[in-house]
Amino acid sequence: MHWFAKQRYLIDYTVAAMLRRRAKNVGLLAVYTTIVFLLASVMLYSNALKQEASVLLKEAPELVVQRMVAGRHDLIPADYLEPLRGIRGVRRLEGRLWGYFYDSTVNANYTFMVPPERDIDPGSIVIGDAIARARGSETGDVLAFRGAGETLYPFRVAEVLPHESAIVAADLVLLSEADFRGFFGIPPGKFTDITLTVANPKEVRTVAEKVVSALPDTRPILREEMQRTYASLFDWREGMVLVLLAGALLAFAILAWEKASGLSADERREIGILKAVGWGTGDVLKMKLWEGGLLSMLAFLLGFTLAYWHVFGTSAALLAPALKGWAVLYPNFELTPAVDGLQLTSLFVITVFPYTASTLVPVWRAAVTHPDVVMR
Amino acid sequence: MSAIELYAVRKAFNEGRPNEFLAVDGVDLEIEPGRITVLTGPSGSGKTTLLTLIGCLARPTEGRVHLGGESVSGLPERFLTELRRRTFGFVFQQFNLIRGLSVLENVMLPAYPLGPHYSTLHGRAMELLTHLRLGHRAEARVEWLSGGEAQRAAIARALINDPSVVIADEPTANLDSHLSAAFLDIVAELRSQGRTVLLTSHDPLITGAGVVDRVVAMRDGRVV
Ligand SMILES: Nc1ncnc2c1ncn2[C@@H]1O[C@H](COP(=O)(O)OP(=O)(O)O)[C@@H](O)[C@H]1O
Ligand SMILES: [Mg+2]
Repeated sequence: MHWFAKQRYLIDYTVAAMLRRRAKNVGLLAVYTTIVFLLASVMLYSNALKQEASVLLKEAPELVVQRMVAGRHDLIPADYLEPLRGIRGVRRLEGRLWGYFYDSTVNANYTFMVPPERDIDPGSIVIGDAIARARGSETGDVLAFRGAGETLYPFRVAEVLPHESAIVAADLVLLSEADFRGFFGIPPGKFTDITLTVANPKEVRTVAEKVVSALPDTRPILREEMQRTYASLFDWREGMVLVLLAGALLAFAILAWEKASGLSADERREIGILKAVGWGTGDVLKMKLWEGGLLSMLAFLLGFTLAYWHVFGTSAALLAPALKGWAVLYPNFELTPAVDGLQLTSLFVITVFPYTASTLVPVWRAAVTHPDVVMR
Repeated sequence: MSAIELYAVRKAFNEGRPNEFLAVDGVDLEIEPGRITVLTGPSGSGKTTLLTLIGCLARPTEGRVHLGGESVSGLPERFLTELRRRTFGFVFQQFNLIRGLSVLENVMLPAYPLGPHYSTLHGRAMELLTHLRLGHRAEARVEWLSGGEAQRAAIARALINDPSVVIADEPTANLDSHLSAAFLDIVAELRSQGRTVLLTSHDPLITGAGVVDRVVAMRDGRVV
């Protein structure tokens, strides 16, 4: 087919031309690759975080019931369990004990929690790996925290949670019920909140309504609401970074425009020669579009590969401080590689499109160069 | 091949501006097919400009250029491109080879938009280069060629699409008399192949050469 042969010739020609103007093209490629790298890093990273959070929430109970006093979250009495037990559709019911703790020695927030599915010996704790790192402690060490009544509570570290456990586990402190009550000064018969497991997901809303009518001073929180909150938290951060990157992208578009419109006398003459020996405006245009296309493709591949390595290989070393961390700690966990096709496509569009658009006009202007310029 | 006819052709530069200049000022001319015609005249007399009008590199401001009895002056750009590609072969005064590419690549360049088989194109280019005693320089970069070699490379490029008209602007301006004579031999051969040859020159070696069929003198944009 002539068409394919012709494109081959145009590609060969443009590759040779790009190699001849190496300095210009390497500079452009570097800027282009950096933009793709940054955008792809943000996308891959925030997506991986979102997935991480949704895995976490999948294990969360369908419904959490909090007691509200004067609009504030307060401890919930154990006898609130009784009326909830009667609600149809509730499979399991559990009083939870958990709370935030600010550790002034390392300026970080921890989550103390009595794990429902495991017994922890009084006097010992299980900690997340971020805490272990922040406090420089390992299994067998003794960690002391200042608890209720300004008393120092020493705990023996029974275990450090494995590194792979998800983002929220990094700042977790698991302890026994007795220790928890002592540490936070919570009397027996009170819980932080109550969790409800609902067998049929369609019944969750009905159950929530029944909870409120049975116990008017409580507030039920649905898992899907939490999911939304998490998602919007990530989206907000992602949005901020994307706005910053949009600025960079614009700068890049301008650079591309300048590079492409600032055709050197040399290039202009070359195009004039091509036209004089029988290349049409369309041929020059196609050749130039191949040039942009090849550059885009190369920059995209390079930038995306680098971003993939950055996010999943180095745990987003460059981005983590900006994107992660509603906790002050920066847990060093490895993300599960995940690439989604739609994301890949939109990334391709938002990088290749502005570049192509900003080069189109100057390329057109070059392509309509009058061939008689080469006669003088 | 058919004749080239010019009717009251004018070409103005910087039209409508204070520095407007008539480079070609009402030329009527018929160029016979299969002949060697030389345009001569002092520098600035409009020879090169007239070549660009005949070779469809530019359009006349007024008047018409006919090819084979048909006016080409009003044709859309893509027809002019097609004519430049198939009907005309150009040998420019500065040769205008593309630097950084090999001789062979330069010669094949005009055929790229046609998308021929690579082996066919390569074969034809090598045949032309060998015939012009440049076969051994095919892979050399054009910046390493001597003046005579560069001109022969430019001639090979002009012939790659087998044009019926070969146009050369001041072909011997950069050559010594020995090389100029060699150029005239090539021109004679082109005519024997049935091609129309159109040259510009104020070199007496060319205007007085035996192979030249006709000399057209120009001055101030007119045929005199
Ligand atoms: N693009 C242009 N703009 C303005 N003047 C031009 C242009 N091209 C040629 N001229 C003028 O037209 C005249 C004829 O030029 P040219 O055809 O190159 O003459 P020749 O080839 O006989 O030396 C010259 O005076 C030249 O300065
Ligand atoms: Mg001239």
